[in-house]
Amino acid sequence: MRAMVYRGPYKVRVEEKDMPAIEHPGDAIVRVTLAAICGSDLHLYHGMMPDTRVGMTFGHEFIGVVEEVGSGVRNLKRGDRVMVPFNVYCGTCWFCARGLYSNCHNVNPNATAVGGIYGYSHTCGGYDGGQAEFVRVPFADVGPTVIPGWMDDEDAVLLTDALATGYFGAQLGDIVEGDVVVVFGAGPVGLFAAKSAWLMGAGRVIVIDHLENRLEKARTFAHAETYNFTEYDDIVVHLKKLTGHLGADVAIDAVGAEADGNLTQHITSSKLKLQGGSPVALNWCIDGVRKGGTVSVMGAYGPMFSAVKFGDAMNKGLTLRMNQCPVKRQWPRLFEHIRNGYLKPSDIVTHRIPLEHIAEGYHIFSAKLDGCIKPLIVTDAG
Amino acid sequence: MTYTSERPPIAESSESLRARIPGWGADLDPKDRPSVPKLQWQDDESGAHWEFPERQPEKWPRERSIEHEFLTPVFGTSCPPKGLSGAMRKFSYRKYSEGRAAHWLLLLAADRVDAWESHLRSFATLRPDNPVTETGVLSEFTRHGFSSRVGKKRADVKHHLADPIIIAGPWVLAAGLAYSAVRKVLGWRRR
Repeated sequence: MRAMVYRGPYKVRVEEKDMPAIEHPGDAIVRVTLAAICGSDLHLYHGMMPDTRVGMTFGHEFIGVVEEVGSGVRNLKRGDRVMVPFNVYCGTCWFCARGLYSNCHNVNPNATAVGGIYGYSHTCGGYDGGQAEFVRVPFADVGPTVIPGWMDDEDAVLLTDALATGYFGAQLGDIVEGDVVVVFGAGPVGLFAAKSAWLMGAGRVIVIDHLENRLEKARTFAHAETYNFTEYDDIVVHLKKLTGHLGADVAIDAVGAEADGNLTQHITSSKLKLQGGSPVALNWCIDGVRKGGTVSVMGAYGPMFSAVKFGDAMNKGLTLRMNQCPVKRQWPRLFEHIRNGYLKPSDIVTHRIPLEHIAEGYHIFSAKLDGCIKPLIVTDAG
Repeated sequence: MTYTSERPPIAESSESLRARIPGWGADLDPKDRPSVPKLQWQDDESGAHWEFPERQPEKWPRERSIEHEFLTPVFGTSCPPKGLSGAMRKFSYRKYSEGRAAHWLLLLAADRVDAWESHLRSFATLRPDNPVTETGVLSEFTRHGFSSRVGKKRADVKHHLADPIIIAGPWVLAAGLAYSAVRKVLGWRRR
């Protein structure tokens, strides 16, 4: 089969690989029809995530058709059109039983601090991902769901991570009616978090980024008030002025490990890999939220330490909430919101790239060329 | 007003927001949100029909965190460890917990070694690594590389200049070392 393959930092190509096999009775093999590149894939692409091996296939956002099922699979059959959450999870460990699917203890031998994620390094379990023609899906009775007939493929693929994560991030903010919510990062997750904040009754939603095309999308898609941080000496001071010097009630970090805005942080994390991530957006959240407020972290960071302003968080009495999103827990409600017309996730898709051209896709997304916000990967099967 | 007990007013009322924004307030009740409470018992919603999953066969000694009691019943089988990078990875997993910086730094170092082992190995195949096609850098010319950056107030443009050095630098260095080594060998033979 044809599959994207990592060849080292900033280098990927498409290769002929062996077909994935059923390795456990609960497995399914899915023929991928549509996949996406996630902003967090760029952390792998840039060589920031420990134990990212040459030869791995990335991709944790994908949908497809069931090609084969293991002997123990009861809920799916060949030919089912399925969406697969980015979490690999068993459904019955201590964490899964309590709804923390992203923290499953039975799928990742390499680390206890993170669950299993498709195509996301060995630190997340060593599973090949869905930027390929076929992919192994463990615990097929648990994660995948048959895509409702009325749902578009592009909406479905965005439900496998970006939309669910943004919506989850707004929930972690514990937003109450009238809250001022600031979202750092106008990428896909930030746009969805901003949009979701309104669903939860926010009174004002502010989005901060440095890419004008993304801020424009935040205004039109997420009805947000936007600011380009490069236009201000100090975005935290500006945020204080905007909020009567109180600060936002809720701040959401939808940027993560490769935040721009501080060259020292960027070099020590993205280039020298001496930090788990550049916590510029996280520190802006901590300083920009009001005392007693809530910071929600959706941006992905590596397992190493980062230079986070923890003293400010303590002194301000903040609540810090974060996790990888337990995707399937969000789906029933998000299906309703899409059906009711409250959310149209595919509105943020800017590029549709054939699998064979995936190296260009990664470069366009990484270098933010051509107004790229969300690139999808189209396979021959799609 | 922040310096008194009054909260700074919000410019737009809930009624106005509901009228303007599709779905405003659809999830207004904080208790009626899918991930609330965080630890919520999932009654038969998972689709699982086992108490503990059957174990996946271990086809090679699978490296695992020493913070785990045993190998998890299911695991990924992509890219088994090999070569010097594989030895470094196995050592890191065997020796250090996830709480130790040494664990992650060693894994990151192994990643760099892996990349070079793989580049060198690729030169013995019919498809050697090609930094031009594999970086997708030609899209700079077809996808508005210049106009996407210039005059756009982007904070990341200044460090984009460093990216080619990081990507191409080791290749240039390796080529220089190889050239120097070949010259030395030829010089030694002529003597």
